[in-house]
Amino acid sequence: MTIKGKAYIAGAYEHPTRKAPDKSVAQLHAECAKGAIEDAGLVKDDVDGYFCAGDAPGMGGISMANYMGLKLRHIDSTDTGGSSYLVHVGHACEAIASGKCNVALITLAGRPRSEGSSGTQVRSRGTGVPEEPFEIPYGPVTVNLYAMAAMRHMYQYGTTAEQLAWVKVAASHHAQHNPNAMLREVVTVKDVLESPMVADPLHRLDCCVVSDGGGALIVVRPEIAKKLKRPLVKIIGTAEAPKHTMGGKLDLTYSGAAWSGPRAFEEAGVKQSDVKYASIYDSFTITVVMQIEDLGFCKKGEGGKFVADGNLIAGSGKFPFNTDGGGLCNNHPANRGGMTKVIEAVRQLRGEAHPAVQVKNCDIALAHGTGGSLGHRHGSATVIMERE
Amino acid sequence: MATPYQDRKLPDPVLNVGDAHYFEAAGQGKLLLKKCKDCNEVHHFPRGICPFCFSTRVDWVEAKGTGTIYTYSVTRRAGPIAYCIAYVTLDEGISVLTNIVDCDLDTVKIGQKVKLTFKKTENGTAMPMFAPA
Ligand SMILES: [Zn+2]
Repeated sequence: MTIKGKAYIAGAYEHPTRKAPDKSVAQLHAECAKGAIEDAGLVKDDVDGYFCAGDAPGMGGISMANYMGLKLRHIDSTDTGGSSYLVHVGHACEAIASGKCNVALITLAGRPRSEGSSGTQVRSRGTGVPEEPFEIPYGPVTVNLYAMAAMRHMYQYGTTAEQLAWVKVAASHHAQHNPNAMLREVVTVKDVLESPMVADPLHRLDCCVVSDGGGALIVVRPEIAKKLKRPLVKIIGTAEAPKHTMGGKLDLTYSGAAWSGPRAFEEAGVKQSDVKYASIYDSFTITVVMQIEDLGFCKKGEGGKFVADGNLIAGSGKFPFNTDGGGLCNNHPANRGGMTKVIEAVRQLRGEAHPAVQVKNCDIALAHGTGGSLGHRHGSATVIMERE
Repeated sequence: MATPYQDRKLPDPVLNVGDAHYFEAAGQGKLLLKKCKDCNEVHHFPRGICPFCFSTRVDWVEAKGTGTIYTYSVTRRAGPIAYCIAYVTLDEGISVLTNIVDCDLDTVKIGQKVKLTFKKTENGTAMPMFAPA
């Protein structure tokens, strides 16, 4: 069975807030849900499937279903970190294709900025986590785990700090057009390299923002999508893959995208050269370089050269990415960037991106996410969509 | 410019059932690994089942205590003291998460030979770490 053409993204909504000191996480989830349902032209009682991840408060999706008063016949709280929402798009397609629901709602929200979260804190993931006694005392934090992947990539492939900086430069060029973006100032390679070193080789400007907010998506069966007044965004390929330390035989030079990418392309029946726009998870600049390679947009090890010299900038570059400004400049709500990756791809396919960054004739788009750490364990998910 | 290694407060490991023997051995200056009696593969972190062949016949073996740096990052802005997190590939062939200590952290390099040493967490638990060989 394939999900190709079995479901459409009918609604997409990104919360405009980047700092929400006086809103609860549950309220943010609900406001995102309302925004996406209204964007689709549906009402709350049309929703019969609900998908959320670990950022949703309470037990799985039950507390949020209760808070929002949803009447559901399908629920899925798969959590693969920041890639969860791309996984959810795939799972929603599967549920719709197999008749388990008709209108799937996916929500993400969080307020790490108001709660003082950062990528330089050692965080336990709970009790009984088998690897933690052998890791936590060494001080693994989000930034240094990604930094170790960057360091090895530089060693093995000759990737440079300047090349990584170009990823941030391109994101900043896009963010200047986004009134909601957290960082709207255009930066240069020199600005990135002169920003403070957080964890060698990653500077402060190699890191994404910490923002409050969220987003939501509505995925529906084709008959419903065709009755709505929104442009048709058909889902044609999805795949997911976890990657981990492999018992100690680890290799930090590639990500799970090397597995999820080829399967999503195969299901979609399209090639890398068919993709007009790509949302690439950008927790850090290295994340983008590695995933572009693993998804097959360039040869392994040549990602640094590929992203350099403005190649990712919409309008002038050959590979426009993250035209909302991405996690590096726009928004990384709940420290999870997968939702906003899908939302900007939907805007591009609908022709609703900012005119300064809208890709012409954007008929095929890809969104890809990494959740967790490139440096030891992560979930990877790829979604390919087509404008009909 | 140099970043000399400095001791810092290390959080205590919160042990799960089955982990105590590893840390007792660390207290005696040994780094233990788990080895499978069926497929002969060594793995880390230690498990009660082989992650390669799923045999439950896994036993502790002592590592030689030498290896090379697979990757590292001198972490400069996660607390008041800079530290060097790393993966070291042991001579047994697997890589372990650790810290590089007792040297100028700015001289650490991928491929560098290192040898086993130990540093203590706040409650006195010994953690295997590595210094230039
Ligand atoms: Zn085995």
